[in-house]
Amino acid sequence: MVVGFVVGGTEPLIGKSKEAEIKRINKELANIRSKFKGDKALDGYSKKKYVCKLLFIFLLGHDIDFGHMEAVNLLSSNRYTEKQIGYLFISVLVNSNSELIRLINNAIKNDLASRNPTFMGLALHCIANVGSREMAEAFAGEIPKILVAGDTMDSVKQSAALCLLRLYRTSPDLVPMGDWTSRVVHLLNDQHLGVVTAATSLITTLAQKNPEEFKTSVSLAVSRLSRIVTSASTDLQDYTYYFVPAPWLSVKLLRLLQCYPPPDPAVRGRLTECLETILNKAQEPPKSKKVQHSNAKNAVLFEAISLIIHHDSEPNLLVRACNQLGQFLQHRETNLRYLALESMCTLASSEFSHEAVKTHIETVINALKTERDVSVRQRAVDLLYAMCDRSNAQQIVAEMLNYLETADYSIREEIVLKVAILAEKYAVDYTWYVDTILNLIRIAGDYVSEEVWYRVIQIVINRDDVQGYAAKTVFEALQAPACHENLVKVGGYILGEFGNLIAGDPRSSPLIQFNLLHSKFHLCSVPTRALLLSTYIKFVNLFPEIKTTIQDVLRSDSQLKNADVELQQRAVEYLRLSTIASTDILATVLEEMPPFPERESSILAKLKKKKGPSTVTDLEEIKKERSSDMNGSAEPTPVNASNVSTPSPSADLLGLGAVPLTNSAPAPSSSGSLLVDVFSDSSVAVPLAPGSEDNFASSSDLASSEVVSEEPADAVHDADELIHKFICKNNGVLFENQLLQIGLKSEFRQNLGRMFIFYGNKTSTQFLNFTPTVICSDELQSSLNLQTKPVDPIVDGGAQVQQVVNIECISDFMDAPILNIQFRYGGTLQNLSVKLPITLNKFFQPTEMSSQDFFQRWKQLSSSKQEVQNIFKAKHPMDTEITKAKIIGFGSALLEEVDPNPANFVGAGIIHTKTIQIGCLLRLEPNLQAQMYRLTLRTSKEAVSRRLCELLSEQF
Amino acid sequence: MIKFFLMVNKQGQTRLSRYYEHVELHKRTLLEAEVIKNCLSRSKDQCSFIEYKDFKLVYRQYAALFIVVGINETENEMAVYELIHNFVEVLDKYFSRVSELDIMFNLDRVHIILDEMVLNGCIVETNRSRILAPLLVLDKMAET
Repeated sequence: MVVGFVVGGTEPLIGKSKEAEIKRINKELANIRSKFKGDKALDGYSKKKYVCKLLFIFLLGHDIDFGHMEAVNLLSSNRYTEKQIGYLFISVLVNSNSELIRLINNAIKNDLASRNPTFMGLALHCIANVGSREMAEAFAGEIPKILVAGDTMDSVKQSAALCLLRLYRTSPDLVPMGDWTSRVVHLLNDQHLGVVTAATSLITTLAQKNPEEFKTSVSLAVSRLSRIVTSASTDLQDYTYYFVPAPWLSVKLLRLLQCYPPPDPAVRGRLTECLETILNKAQEPPKSKKVQHSNAKNAVLFEAISLIIHHDSEPNLLVRACNQLGQFLQHRETNLRYLALESMCTLASSEFSHEAVKTHIETVINALKTERDVSVRQRAVDLLYAMCDRSNAQQIVAEMLNYLETADYSIREEIVLKVAILAEKYAVDYTWYVDTILNLIRIAGDYVSEEVWYRVIQIVINRDDVQGYAAKTVFEALQAPACHENLVKVGGYILGEFGNLIAGDPRSSPLIQFNLLHSKFHLCSVPTRALLLSTYIKFVNLFPEIKTTIQDVLRSDSQLKNADVELQQRAVEYLRLSTIASTDILATVLEEMPPFPERESSILAKLKKKKGPSTVTDLEEIKKERSSDMNGSAEPTPVNASNVSTPSPSADLLGLGAVPLTNSAPAPSSSGSLLVDVFSDSSVAVPLAPGSEDNFASSSDLASSEVVSEEPADAVHDADELIHKFICKNNGVLFENQLLQIGLKSEFRQNLGRMFIFYGNKTSTQFLNFTPTVICSDELQSSLNLQTKPVDPIVDGGAQVQQVVNIECISDFMDAPILNIQFRYGGTLQNLSVKLPITLNKFFQPTEMSSQDFFQRWKQLSSSKQEVQNIFKAKHPMDTEITKAKIIGFGSALLEEVDPNPANFVGAGIIHTKTIQIGCLLRLEPNLQAQMYRLTLRTSKEAVSRRLCELLSEQF
Repeated sequence: MIKFFLMVNKQGQTRLSRYYEHVELHKRTLLEAEVIKNCLSRSKDQCSFIEYKDFKLVYRQYAALFIVVGINETENEMAVYELIHNFVEVLDKYFSRVSELDIMFNLDRVHIILDEMVLNGCIVETNRSRILAPLLVLDKMAET
């Protein structure tokens, strides 16, 4: 069937031009206004006609400031036709703050009470579409009743479900959960599929916010899905769309299931069957040649694959999903190729299917080359990035570089960042890395941001095995007649540091190097020139033989009298420095840059900022393939932090103690920042002038705050670090990154505890679907009972929400529970996990006892199974008072004058669990000379001794 | 969630708009203009999903009329893509071979159909005869 729309056609209201249209409309509006105001009462039909016209005019983008009263009159009418148009007008034109709401509410109340299903439907539609707070106040109590009442018509139930959803979204506080909740869940069993469709939308939203209360929906949804999937195409009558049974409902049910982790084994088997059936159907010959048939089928298929990826637990299904998507990658329908690439991107981050995804690399590369749609190519780039690992990095980077030459301008910067990150992350051979970055600059210099070239310099400086190669390569690259300014920057910096490594070759003698750089000087912008001047003064130190040449250049009018203050100053100071300083002083001042502290690439931060963090971090976390040698920590360094960290414009290149430059004028920020990010850690930047101290102070503050934020990010990968922070204390900041801060406050008594978790939104943007979940491993579940209350899914910018965790310790345990947080920020899903510092020692009750008692018990617990000992090196200064405080913080009593050796510490306490109480004795013997400790734990249970010993050892 | 449902013709004239989140009037005009510009600039072999600001556009073209649906990430693109077709088929059944004129002159009817299918940004009914049921009641009443 072809749906034939007439092309163009008649113009009832629209004139030939914009002016004519406005004129015509104003005339019409005046006409309607006069009709409404006229003495003669309008009959229902005319009212309806004019209101319809107003709607049309509104559609064309003209504000309608009258007619509302007429509409309210219409919707209060008893004639369905009039009522209907009245409601329509109101729900299209009235926004939720309108003063009319009260009048409308009145009419709605009457219609809801009318028991006429058509009227009820109209009223409910209106609430669902306008959904103001006033409406919620008036009807939030009523609608759940309508929804679950046995005698409500199906169509009214449908409207009521969506209506409730609207009210829950706008005013969740006014929609209290109650007995109706369990009955709503059972609507999934309703025999009417329309009702099920509406109910599924409602339940999905409710379940996201109250997962516990709607848990039963999982098994109901699975059995409903199973009935749909296995039905013959004629079973579901009108809900079959081109031979596909209830495709939209299936999609919704699969979405609902994505609110939950994989279900219990019993339900799981059935679900797996469903998913397999859906995958099987994709392989069967189509029941219809119509594209609608395959579209509907594929909608279900893609949703099923999303669920498989969400569960990430069935290797078999994951691989099948991957193969299915692989077929789509070559499908002739662009829509399918696009969706397959997108879906595969998430599949690549699953450990089960990562390898399977990798087998499609050639197809994806081919897509990059041949796809005619930029958005599809963009997806291909994303997928290549996601599937990249050590085995294919060289190939992928090469292909991305290739593509970059012809890539659309809109996505170039992102590709540059991705290439830079991959090249660094998977570099085994750093010459490859240097080549790649230089290629990037050559191909897309304009899109290479500062972060990228700062990073290559950091890496070259930190790795002496690549310095000679880097110097040689930049020297060669600079030979090109036209090279990008970014290349001049990198070249200038690297030759200034390591030019001596290639100076032995007569083809790159000092003078040739200098002339080469200086030939670019005049073509460059001020910041680059400033950098080159610093390179020149470094040359004076590296190559005394060309000192006079350089001095001549510095002395020239174009430098000494340069209009730019920064350049002039550098020229004057460098010239002076080269003239008066002895070789020794020069050598000290202009020494090679010290290695940078290892830290994470700011490029990653930049990409995260561009794309929203999750795309990168998720992969990072899951693949756990972080190259430890280069990325020390994972937290992005705020780039702007470094921009203030320069005390003097030249301090950065000169390194330590550039004394002669003390009277530098304050740095123009542009030239300052140019050089600084390369080593924004202020510990290297020595304060030079009195006037610069403020700067320095602020920069060191920033630097230290950076350190704070770096720690927790690490903990996402290796969370024990974090746990240790909270062993001896109960309050503090658990985690912090650029978006989110998590604070903790907890109290414990005997085997019970309560923890307040504070989530602070550090951005100015709302977090949506904010869902923190506390996860206990199966093993942990039996020994630790945790109860959480759900939190509001929306966290406003700058706001903080609180969540309470009630804790009951059933028996002794080892692992810590995991706090998983998911939310949407700027359209991307954020997902992070940290361990919650609920450790066994939290359930300590201190016990005081005499020396005699202590040693008597100590002896009773002397079997090898009861004692655990650890000898370790002190990680912190061995301060007696701090040690005491830590033992008390650990939870045990600190027993003074018990141990015959006053330098030793002993403690005693009882671990309270619901099932068992375990007495614990501990003894800590410091050895100041060796800076070592010996820690001995004795308890009646070996596992407890071991765990406590582990936890406490980390503290000293 | 479905954010909005638009019918715009090739000349950029909006024939129907339904927003499921409040959008200021002047922003609507702007949005509609940009959305249609985006759709018009695409060729047949490009995919029917466009990333636009923080949501996605799913569109289909029928003769000179574009139907564009704005969705967020909780919707399934393909399902929405077929929803559009289902909607058009319902229109076609009701108007028997629907044309742009039918939509312009029966705006209220088209609204009723859409409201039966999509409520508050969620797909609520997909069964064609049930979608048309209230409308048929209405027509019957109008006759009497």
